[in-house]
Amino acid sequence: MIYTKTYTAPPIDEDEILRYAGVREKTDEMTDLLRDVMAEAEGELTYRVCWSYFDLTRDGDAMDFGFAKFESAALAVCLDCCDRAVLFAATVGIGLDRLIAKYGTASPSKALMLQAIGAERIESLCDEFCCFLQNELVKCGRSITRRFSPGYGDLRIEVQEDIFRVLDCSRQIGLTLNESMLMSPSKSVTAIIGIKNGAPDETEVDTCELCGKTDCLLRRNK
Amino acid sequence: MRITEYLKNNILYLDGGMGTLLQERGLLPGEYPERWNIIHPDVIVGIHRAYYDAGSNIVCSNTFGANLLKFSSEELEEIISSAMTNARRAAEESCGTQEKWIALDIGPSGRMLKPYGDLDFEDAVALFAETVKLGVKYGADLIYIETMNDSYETKAALLAAKENCDLPVFVSNAYSEDGKLMTGATPAAMVALLEGMGADAIGANCSFGPKALTKVVEEYLEYASVPVLLKPNAGLPKSVGGKTVYDVLPDEFAEDISALLERGVRIAGGCCGTTPEYIKALAEKSRGIIPATTTEKNTTMISSYTHAVEFGKKPVLIGERINPTGKKRFKEALRAGDMDYILREGINQQDCGVEILDVNVGLPEIDEIKMLTEAVYGLQAIIDLPLQIDTSSTVAMEKALRRYNGKAMINSVNGKKESMDEIFPLAKKYGGVIVALTLDESGIPETAEGRVAIAKKILAEAEKYGISKKDIIFDPLTLTVSADGNAARETLRAVRTIKEELGCHTSLGVSNVSFGLPQRDVLNGAFFLLAMENGLSAAIMNPYSIEMMKAYYSYSALLGLDANCAEYIEFVQNMPAAAAGIIPGGNSGATEEQYKSELQKAIVKGLGDQAAQICKELIKTLDPLTIVQEEIIPALNLVGVGFENKTVYLPQLLMSAEAAKSAFEQIKANMSGASADKCYFVIATVKGDIHDIGKNIVKLILENYGFRVVDLGRDVSPEAVVEEVVRLCAPLVGLSALMTTTVPAMEETIAELRRHAPWCKIVVGGAVLTKEYADMIGADKYARDAMETVRYAEQIYGELAK
Repeated sequence: MIYTKTYTAPPIDEDEILRYAGVREKTDEMTDLLRDVMAEAEGELTYRVCWSYFDLTRDGDAMDFGFAKFESAALAVCLDCCDRAVLFAATVGIGLDRLIAKYGTASPSKALMLQAIGAERIESLCDEFCCFLQNELVKCGRSITRRFSPGYGDLRIEVQEDIFRVLDCSRQIGLTLNESMLMSPSKSVTAIIGIKNGAPDETEVDTCELCGKTDCLLRRNK
Repeated sequence: MRITEYLKNNILYLDGGMGTLLQERGLLPGEYPERWNIIHPDVIVGIHRAYYDAGSNIVCSNTFGANLLKFSSEELEEIISSAMTNARRAAEESCGTQEKWIALDIGPSGRMLKPYGDLDFEDAVALFAETVKLGVKYGADLIYIETMNDSYETKAALLAAKENCDLPVFVSNAYSEDGKLMTGATPAAMVALLEGMGADAIGANCSFGPKALTKVVEEYLEYASVPVLLKPNAGLPKSVGGKTVYDVLPDEFAEDISALLERGVRIAGGCCGTTPEYIKALAEKSRGIIPATTTEKNTTMISSYTHAVEFGKKPVLIGERINPTGKKRFKEALRAGDMDYILREGINQQDCGVEILDVNVGLPEIDEIKMLTEAVYGLQAIIDLPLQIDTSSTVAMEKALRRYNGKAMINSVNGKKESMDEIFPLAKKYGGVIVALTLDESGIPETAEGRVAIAKKILAEAEKYGISKKDIIFDPLTLTVSADGNAARETLRAVRTIKEELGCHTSLGVSNVSFGLPQRDVLNGAFFLLAMENGLSAAIMNPYSIEMMKAYYSYSALLGLDANCAEYIEFVQNMPAAAAGIIPGGNSGATEEQYKSELQKAIVKGLGDQAAQICKELIKTLDPLTIVQEEIIPALNLVGVGFENKTVYLPQLLMSAEAAKSAFEQIKANMSGASADKCYFVIATVKGDIHDIGKNIVKLILENYGFRVVDLGRDVSPEAVVEEVVRLCAPLVGLSALMTTTVPAMEETIAELRRHAPWCKIVVGGAVLTKEYADMIGADKYARDAMETVRYAEQIYGELAK
């Protein structure tokens, strides 16, 4: 079955928002801009997630979720030792897209900050959801892997179509997919999370630092 | 019997869930249920029959997702014909003796419409039209549009149904826990939209259990003049021992729905999680309920994609600034196709507190039909206020109404037969509240009585089209007091008489009253106050006029329309100092040494209003070009270099650029002829990609540096880029792509440009691009950010200028 849940706003991480906006050192000016647009954005944000559980079997690098097979070496590594998986979709809603568009030409600085807010909000929502999953599973001695999204590494972005079909995202949380695999609302995430026996792996590193693009503007701990 | 006839005296029972029952019978995750019409007809017939046996008058065909996005046209026809056959077989085989009908079920397409998705409105209409035509061909008795969670898509489906059949159409939306659609519309907004377009019944389905939908249902019952339907889930799903169960059981479900039937709901059934058992319980429980009479509600309202605006509670402000009449800068923007300028006028008026925007973009030398549709579409992408579409072209009016997301205000019709013949059919088809001017073939009557007589004539004619009087707002016309001392008095009398005798609302374009007189604002404000006191429901007005706003907020506060005078207090607190009669004091402090002047400081600090104000003052003593060369550009350079050296962050760069833009606006307004502009720079986000923040940033900075940026927007086809580059003979093109999936579109655009515009230099950027990638797809330059783009553009421009 497909579960859905509407969350209340996760705690706001201002430093993370500023990082997304390309601000490396917090200044009063930038914090003011952030709080100013945040006040306008808050009422526009909704936090919705839908998800479902699947039995997982593997055939080399092909992960078989029952309804579809995803071929990816990177995903296979992520889902090592997992016999089940959760597919989920999360979105913070279309209101933020409208606000970003409103300021797109009227005030790009605000649009940029709203964009950063959207990035932080959706990630925080995903974190909250993963935390919830982990808490549920730990009761039965199970744990989850980090989340892995279509387009990461060698996982084809086209698997979005399968995920959208099986999670019925448009009906459940108002999330749609267009022909070029972009999602609307734009501040949304779909991802796969593996489930395995045992305690959570504390040694798993943050995905940001795994990335080869070392000159990335958003990279943590440069 | 026709279903609409039956509905007059009976409660109509719909069926319950289909998907959940199919899953129990083996439908796999991700499998299309519609195919089961063909491969498992007996299962489908069995479910339909069980609903008829339980007491359903209507079963919905198993065609929720049957559309051309999911199926080929051959398969679609086979699915719909089998679905209809299955439903018919069930009706014939059922032991139920009640009246039975078959509804063609239409669910959402699963795609988001433009501008936030990629499905064009007309493509959506065509998509639903195909399903409707097949449903009609194979014998549907009515169309049931359901589970729609977006107002625009709902409109597309209803329009498709209305244009392709004469069957009754029921429309049902899925609401979220906040009582709105996923894309923001309130129930009242949906009532306005759907009733305006002629839906036969409207309501809510899916979502939650009946209790959780009570508030939504109440709002429908308050506003709807057509029967209200309710088809909720059996509460919320949970998993028990690997099986999905819902938390509202049949008896509770039947009881909750019966309570809502008592309160006026006329059509009821169940959605996800409900079974024939639920319908049976409902039919039994509600047997003795006397169906409520559906009454005509006299609420005049229009809507946007988020909310409705109601007339009669409090005067409604309609912003008049999107109109070229008498505005040089606006005309210039229209001729240049500068949509941003128009959008800014919209945003500014919204900030001033207007509730509706009038949209008039008519100029003899432009293509008004195209411009009006684009303006309506563009405004609706960013502003949630309802619009008043203002044009004398019937063709432009129809195109704009068709594209409009909501129920618009139509400006205008008048008492001339020709005008009514043209406008009323459009209002009937697309819905809308019509502004009716009290003039006819013999002109504007001098007296209030004469104008009221025309109003009566207009009402009588509207009735022939089935347009009710609540959908007409009269404008008894403001004439100039300087020409006729009685003019204002007669208008005011007409306002009062129309309200008291005809029970209709009125709207006036207020500012005409002062034409030809000095200090017009003073008179306008006073006239506005008098008009409100005489019962005026709405005014088309200038929200930048302090006198008008003073009149409005004072009136509302004095007449008890502003709780705790909160709006009044907010207004006077934010009122510009000059308007409040306060002379600004001395400047706060001396110029800091690092800034050469106040203007430079304002730009560097990103203070837009200040930059504009200082620039305005400077223009009085300095040549505009000198201000640009010696003040604005050096300030921009200061920030630009800082950004390149990583001491200034991107948001700061943008704030400065915006401040500089405000200063440039002042320069533009004061410069005639001589332009400091450099060459054309055509910019676009490539086809398939809808990200445009990066592109907008680059555009802003380029504009600051004097380039004539032509912004083609996002999701732009290669052909459109080529066409514009060739037309302008533009030497520079910037392309943006944010997705790996859209980089091929960028490559294609570059190839087309090389073929048709070999002279132009192409600079590319976007998150997924690298220098290597840019070289590979044949771009001239990869720019990492806006400043790098500017530097490159300056270099090319410099070479050209040599």
